[in-house]
Amino acid sequence: MASNEEILAGLAEIVNEETGLAPEAVELDKSFTDDLDIDSISMMTIVVNAEEKFGVRIPDEEVKNLKTVGDAVNFIAGAQE
Amino acid sequence: MARKVVITGVGATTPIGGDAPTMWKNALKGVSGTHTLGDDWVEKYQLPVHFAARASTPALEVLSRVEAKRLDPSSQFAVIAAREAWKDSGITDVDGDRFAVTFATGIGGVWTLLDAWDTLREKGPRRVLPMTVPMLMPNGAAAAVSLDLGARAGAHTPVSACASGTEALHQALELIRSGKADVVMAGGTEAAIHPLPMAAFSAMQALSRRNDDPEHASRPYDRDRDGFVMGEGAGALVLEAEEHALARGARIYGELAGTSVTADAYHITAPDPEGLGATRALKAALFDARAQPEDVVHVNAHATSTPVGDKPEYTALRATFGNHVDNLAVSATKSQTGHLLGASGAIEAVMTVLAVYDRKAPVTINLENQDPEIPLDVVTTARDLPKGDIVALSNSFGFGGHNAVVVVRNH
Repeated sequence: MASNEEILAGLAEIVNEETGLAPEAVELDKSFTDDLDIDSISMMTIVVNAEEKFGVRIPDEEVKNLKTVGDAVNFIAGAQE
Repeated sequence: MARKVVITGVGATTPIGGDAPTMWKNALKGVSGTHTLGDDWVEKYQLPVHFAARASTPALEVLSRVEAKRLDPSSQFAVIAAREAWKDSGITDVDGDRFAVTFATGIGGVWTLLDAWDTLREKGPRRVLPMTVPMLMPNGAAAAVSLDLGARAGAHTPVSACASGTEALHQALELIRSGKADVVMAGGTEAAIHPLPMAAFSAMQALSRRNDDPEHASRPYDRDRDGFVMGEGAGALVLEAEEHALARGARIYGELAGTSVTADAYHITAPDPEGLGATRALKAALFDARAQPEDVVHVNAHATSTPVGDKPEYTALRATFGNHVDNLAVSATKSQTGHLLGASGAIEAVMTVLAVYDRKAPVTINLENQDPEIPLDVVTTARDLPKGDIVALSNSFGFGGHNAVVVVRNH
């Protein structure tokens, strides 16, 4: 089980791999679309990579609720339990 | 009088140079871009052909990792060549609504398609990348170039197998002449050095099998030629309405004086042995350029090094030029670059433009025993072209019976 800090660090790595954004820029209160400029196609790639990294399932209908990095961290933490 | 169209920028990424100046320097020297493949898939799938002509500069050395991730290798090459041509043109300000793209490919995003199929089978549909569709679509390269440079007067993708790159220039000329665009980025790209296309072209006996001596495998016009060598890369040219180029004081490499496209309607892959479709294309291109056969001094031939392909082109040249065929300096640059399929016409157009501009014909390598049935004056060491007004042309032919010719004149 990854801690919230570990999930954030892991997500930051995935976002960096997909978009080139510096991992430090990936903060809990950042919006994927408005702050990080991540389009829907990149978002799906990030979701699938996060599923593999954290061993969770993020249903497609849930993805639209993941507005901020914090939303994603919380969802993944909850899904791990 | 139709608008004149001039060439003001060139770019290329090829097996004999990662940019147009390097490619051209090597083309005049005569080098082989063909080498043994180090990939484990050659042995894994027991491919009958162990070599190919890879781009000399990998795309990942030019593009950022993130940029490359979203582009099939064929689109990566296209963007690299187009950026170089754009910079070379010196255009700093263009009306995007008057700027079009015609960027050809023979196969499109074949790596992406087949990688996605592997992923589906090994890991399931959830792991198939969301970018798969835009990466595999054949118009992906034209779209990527249009997006990169802000070209909004249409992004077109001619697809006519190995004639595609030349057909891109044909479409570009028509767009400018008809007044639908003032500037066109025209080119062709291909990235098909993948085990499946290698196996498929082998299955039709099209590829050379000179595994013990790959550098000498591509040998157009040689008695012992046994097939073409698969190449990869892209070529790009900036075409401009003459008045547009003159108004900005551009350096002009030459005039794209005429083009033509014909179809054999003879056989799906075999060239018409009498070269009738090719002859019609040659005559139509000269007519389109308002050029006489005697004006032509140099031909960049299609000449792929297949046993059956090289001769009908000679037949067509003789039918078009009569005895003047003996005066043509003929270069078969696929001997150096391999055959870049849908990119080859664009790369050879870049070479033809530079030949006219520098007045030098590039080298045909590996011609040891010229086929007596093809008595052309083949350029084997770089040769000066005459002073004064000159015309050169480049031929491309593709499976499906496609024939395309471009005619370049000094400006």
